[in-house]
Amino acid sequence: MKGNFIDNLPKVYGLYTGGFIIFILLMALFEQMGMGADLIGILFVAFTIVIYAGIGYLSRTMQVSAYYVAGREVPPLFNGMATAADWMSGASFVALAGGIYFGGHGYLAFVVGWTGGYVLVNSLMAPYLRKFGCYTVPDFIGTRYGGNLARFIAVVILVVASFTYVTAQINASGTIAARALQIDFAYGVWFGLLGILLCSMLGGMRAVTWTQVAQYIVLIIAYLAPVIWMSNVQGFGIIPHFSYGDAVQRIGELEPMLGVGEAATESFSGRRVLTTLHNAPGDAMAGWKFVTLAFCMMAGTASLPHILMRYFTTPSVRAARVSVAWSLFFIFLLYFTAPALATLTKLQLLDPELATAVIGKAIEDVQNLTWVQKWTNVGMLAVSDSNGDGIVQINEFFMRPDIVVLATPEIAGLPAVISGLVAAGGLAAAMSTADGLLLAIANALSHDLYYKIIDPKADTRIRLIVARVLLIVIGVIAALVASLQLTGILGAVAWAFNFACSGLFFPLVLGVWWKRANRPGAIAGMVLGFLTGSLYLWYVRTGGTPILGIDHLRFGMIGMPVSLIAMIVVSLATEEPDEETQRMVDATRNPSGRAILSAEH
Amino acid sequence: MSSDNSAKEALHWAKTRYLSIWVLIIWFIFSFVVHLFAKSLNEFSLNGFPLGYYFAVQGSLIIFVVLIVVQNLLQDKIDNETGLSSE
Repeated sequence: MKGNFIDNLPKVYGLYTGGFIIFILLMALFEQMGMGADLIGILFVAFTIVIYAGIGYLSRTMQVSAYYVAGREVPPLFNGMATAADWMSGASFVALAGGIYFGGHGYLAFVVGWTGGYVLVNSLMAPYLRKFGCYTVPDFIGTRYGGNLARFIAVVILVVASFTYVTAQINASGTIAARALQIDFAYGVWFGLLGILLCSMLGGMRAVTWTQVAQYIVLIIAYLAPVIWMSNVQGFGIIPHFSYGDAVQRIGELEPMLGVGEAATESFSGRRVLTTLHNAPGDAMAGWKFVTLAFCMMAGTASLPHILMRYFTTPSVRAARVSVAWSLFFIFLLYFTAPALATLTKLQLLDPELATAVIGKAIEDVQNLTWVQKWTNVGMLAVSDSNGDGIVQINEFFMRPDIVVLATPEIAGLPAVISGLVAAGGLAAAMSTADGLLLAIANALSHDLYYKIIDPKADTRIRLIVARVLLIVIGVIAALVASLQLTGILGAVAWAFNFACSGLFFPLVLGVWWKRANRPGAIAGMVLGFLTGSLYLWYVRTGGTPILGIDHLRFGMIGMPVSLIAMIVVSLATEEPDEETQRMVDATRNPSGRAILSAEH
Repeated sequence: MSSDNSAKEALHWAKTRYLSIWVLIIWFIFSFVVHLFAKSLNEFSLNGFPLGYYFAVQGSLIIFVVLIVVQNLLQDKIDNETGLSSE
């Protein structure tokens, strides 16, 4: 190919996408010829990981600006795809639809929060941080407010928030790898980590960028293809997204008939029966819980360093803004599919007029279904005739929320090649997010802690070696923690957003939007917001009664106001920032001209 | 920095701030207000969807995407008019 890599991007990724589709068709052909579902799963996972590792190797670099910000040459469209992959975690891919299936309207706060956050990113953060020219988020805090203390506190908050998140991602990669490759979870975690490090270690941000684009393509095909196929096979419309309103209404009619809401009389670990109505918004308290959760997720989106740093890689301020728009569009494609998937899967299981229904059928018939047997064997599903009437009732069908995405192709009777594709997609989602997070942590430690605070004279080679060693060390620690399996995937993800918004949201926003904000104010805002939020989390997790319904998923509602008030009060009580800092803020707001920090710093 | 440039910067920032406030008002309505009233909105229906439900699964999301695109176009206009474009 002629010309440089950046000019050829559409061609490169076009070929890649075509190649991937050919691979899928080839697998479908092999399945027809009698290849087993297990081998197809292994091939999907192995093939995609080899490609990511190849991209990671080709993107190796020894330049500081390529390592930290991909040389600031990523075009907006591609940065949008990379951000979408960075953003959509194993939880979005695997757990979101299941959460909607079981959680009803209240759970949709995640869908609204995880998209609306980008309006905040675009309005308040991304263009200004890009203009600033920082390598990391603490780099902005440290330069805007001055002093190593502010920088150090920002590093601590970044590490806590991102580390909470990354263990969940490594856990998810391990789970998927273990199932697809038929190995132990304990080995799956290390295998997943190896794949993640292969993508990021040699090329830092540059390698992560180009693997994330590749991972986005895999994950979005893997999410959309089964839903659209299922919809066509089952007669829900060619593109189900616009026509599943009737399905929502039909579920509303079926729910009282089937007795949704009756608690189960037995219990199976990790598996639940459906008790929440599909579309029942509820009272004022439910409304309050919806908006507080949505707000914490939005503010967290605008404070999470692994997302913000993606916008440091664009060529200009305008490109950063355009790339936020693309990011949200690519994220939107998955998020507006998840509720459709949850609704249609539920309808297939519930509606007695459909051939796929299980509720209301004879218990032996249901237990003889292949997919029921398969998922029961791995402890993800259970059907039990609690009341002994020989019929499966709604409160006798136990399911782990995660399997809604994974089992839908089988429920709808799609070929095994789709299940392999879904496994590859889930792995891409988990790996790409883990890569972004690990890099955010390692870069903050190597750039802000090691280079800016400990050894400002370190030369380029040493800096980049330190960055890589840290990447491995943090990855290994995260994998060790992940193998302990402390929390469910989504609990830890929501915490990361709350940690980030409690400590970083207002110091970042006010750093641009309020000239009067100064160093003592920022330090007070970060420390008090983060500590109050964390203490409140500890309080509700050790049995304390949530105040105003603010539970462990929304503790940012406690941390953020404390952070804001502390920052304003302390800033006003202390001296205003010097002339030079004020000029720096003016220059940050001005999209033209040179970045505040030099290209290599 | 010349006084001419700082006058341009002041104008640019005033316009940017005004635009951002409007964007955030619309964001606020579709992030929070419509979902607080989801139950009442469900009385209406859009293309077969109960309206309150529709906003949570599609309506708000589509508005967020469009909002960012429109904001960017208007911001480009502000940048060009004040001569402070980044490209």
